[in-house]
Amino acid sequence: MNWFPENVSTFGGEIDSLFYLILYITGAWFVLTEGLIVFFLIRYRRRQGSKAAYLPGESLRQASWILVPCVAVLILDLWLDFRGADVWAKIKRQVPPSDLVIQITGKQFNWEIVYPGPDGKFGTEDDLQIDNELHVPVGKVVHVVLKSKDVIHSFFLPHLRLKQDAVPGREIQAWFEATKPGQFEMPCAELCGFGHSGMNGQLIVQPQEEYEKWVQEHWPKK
Amino acid sequence: MKIFSTDHKVIAKQYLSVGLFWAITGGLTAYMIRWQLAYPETEVPGWGFIAPDFYNMLVTMHGTIMVFFVAMPILLAAFGNFLIPLMIGAQDMAFPRLNMLSFWVFALASLVLLSSFFVPGGAASAGWTGYPPLSAKAAYTGVNWGLNLWLLALALEFASFLMGGVNFLTTAINLRAPGMTFFRLPLVVWMQLTAAVIFMLSVGPLIAGAVMLLMDRVVGTTFFLPEGGGQPLLWQHLFWFFGHPEVYVILLPGLGIVLEVVTVFSRKPVFAYRPIIYATIIAGFLSFIVWAHHQFISGIDPRLAMPFSITTIIISVPFAFVIFSMIATLWRASITFSAAMLFALGTLGVFIFGGLTGIFNGSAPVDIYIHDTYFVVAHFHYTLFSAVFFGGFAGLYFWFPKMFGRMMNEALGKIHFWLTFIFFNSVFIPMHLVGLRGMMRRIANPMQYEFLKPLEPLNQFITLSAILLLLSQFFFVINFFMSLARGKAAERNPWQANTLEWTTDSPPPHGNFAEVPSVYRGPYEYSSPESAEDWLPQNRPLTAPRAALR
Repeated sequence: MNWFPENVSTFGGEIDSLFYLILYITGAWFVLTEGLIVFFLIRYRRRQGSKAAYLPGESLRQASWILVPCVAVLILDLWLDFRGADVWAKIKRQVPPSDLVIQITGKQFNWEIVYPGPDGKFGTEDDLQIDNELHVPVGKVVHVVLKSKDVIHSFFLPHLRLKQDAVPGREIQAWFEATKPGQFEMPCAELCGFGHSGMNGQLIVQPQEEYEKWVQEHWPKK
Repeated sequence: MKIFSTDHKVIAKQYLSVGLFWAITGGLTAYMIRWQLAYPETEVPGWGFIAPDFYNMLVTMHGTIMVFFVAMPILLAAFGNFLIPLMIGAQDMAFPRLNMLSFWVFALASLVLLSSFFVPGGAASAGWTGYPPLSAKAAYTGVNWGLNLWLLALALEFASFLMGGVNFLTTAINLRAPGMTFFRLPLVVWMQLTAAVIFMLSVGPLIAGAVMLLMDRVVGTTFFLPEGGGQPLLWQHLFWFFGHPEVYVILLPGLGIVLEVVTVFSRKPVFAYRPIIYATIIAGFLSFIVWAHHQFISGIDPRLAMPFSITTIIISVPFAFVIFSMIATLWRASITFSAAMLFALGTLGVFIFGGLTGIFNGSAPVDIYIHDTYFVVAHFHYTLFSAVFFGGFAGLYFWFPKMFGRMMNEALGKIHFWLTFIFFNSVFIPMHLVGLRGMMRRIANPMQYEFLKPLEPLNQFITLSAILLLLSQFFFVINFFMSLARGKAAERNPWQANTLEWTTDSPPPHGNFAEVPSVYRGPYEYSSPESAEDWLPQNRPLTAPRAALR
């Protein structure tokens, strides 16, 4: 069964496989603990003439029955922590150099998307600004500079496993590389007012030639 | 019964009544939220259309009500007030009048919160976490007085629970009966005390934050508004520095109730009594250094995420210990399935699931995707619903005879349990799946998004289950009032339990005990070789021959 929407980013697979690793480990604990409970409830239900055992579990010998599983929990915890640290570093720390930088500003209740234009600089006359439509080429590293004009919004690309809050007064970096052309949704994931529900944009991932054609047609000329 | 009473048992019942009133209100908000998600843009039966800003108000108030006005008053204030003096063999709380004041301040907080529904602009709608700037300026939500009153209600509630916490600690430290050493205290008392300490140490920063937020709103300061040099993230740190320990403030008393009930109906000592206390204290310490796991994607320095991810995942160890202790208590036991026991076992079973899903959220990379989705909502309902409702019901079915002097109907109680258990799981298991498909929290209409449209049948299933879950609670309401009026008179110790509250009348008179009890042993000496019966009350003197043998 497919738990997630289709993954179309380079790092999305890492997140998904970490999820599945946690799922298998916690799933095993779930079956083990709940199974034991159900077994004990049936096996040790009250019966005529039987008396419960007197087991305070205070001595180290008795307590080790639960201390040993606790050590197992700790070891698995640390394993997940180290695996998680690797994935986290890959996504957040080892950011690849950008092929394209785009500014995205949240405002009640739209995503304002700004391309630097032919001069490659923001805040100049040839910037291109559009609402709720993000065009990117496939297979290129896109850096996003997230800003907000009013309240906190959260930039969410479910199919790319990317979520990052946009905080007013800050410029927060995020990045992604799409692996497949197509059109994907780009909702806001943080409550931002009465129009929060429906605050949505479209990410349009295009093959390189198509993207360049779009640039030719829409970007201001030099 | 006096309304302005200083008797801890009366105050406990007052907290319980107000908590149950709010539980019904919180349930109604849940019903309206769920209807809107399953059948958006249709009239909610019995209410009407729900506009988006009204929907935001519903989710905000649902969280506020359930955490601060149901979980806290029932689990901490009602059970703590009722049980601590009775279980330690005291006549009342250390400061009875402060106790009364604590309740009436809470009642005032309740009135303020209730009134916020009726002011122009409606009640608060910036989420129960009240993140600024959304919460800091009326222009962003259209709510002005509603949010001010929301902050005022929270401040009053915190003042009330600070008074309660001081009282709990002083009482348990100073008023224990002769022989009631700290390591003879029932675990629910230990858990209540740990919860009180956690609460008192963590609430300060949030009170400061609430005052700053109120000033931003009313006086025009800019603590959290970037246009005046403020920092929106500051609020999140202050809020969650309190907010995450708060989770354990609610959870611990729930687990304490379960430990009492499971032990009594297993007729066996709780497994590893002292280590459970140590585990609880360790969890209490750890709870102060996990808060930023709510902020992995909020814009904090990415280097800060890993330490918080590690502490968050490690906190599973002390809780695993408590869970394993409960399971080991069932091993070679002699188990009776009363309604109270069913709810206690339900808490255990459900809480394990909620604890395990917490690992997903605690893992920072996975959280990038599941943060602010219904996976998180499903997770925390598995932990909090289990502690508050399963745990709370276990406690009510168990101590009802002592509180009101009458027995509850066991058959109705068991029906109530099974319906609650089945429908709870059919609400919240599918909710995890909805979250994994990416459905965001706090959106009023999932049908506005292409990628969420296929979830419509699942959302409708969840909503129907939620309605059945709410309707199942009528079995409790009927049982509660019928037993109150016509239940069989309760004897002193209907469950043959060891702890001191069962050695006095049901209900106990003002002053609790005819004479101060003396305590000779720990609270869980069930099936002890020292006794012919399978129980041995804490206050029964050592028998003469036995004493001579020593």
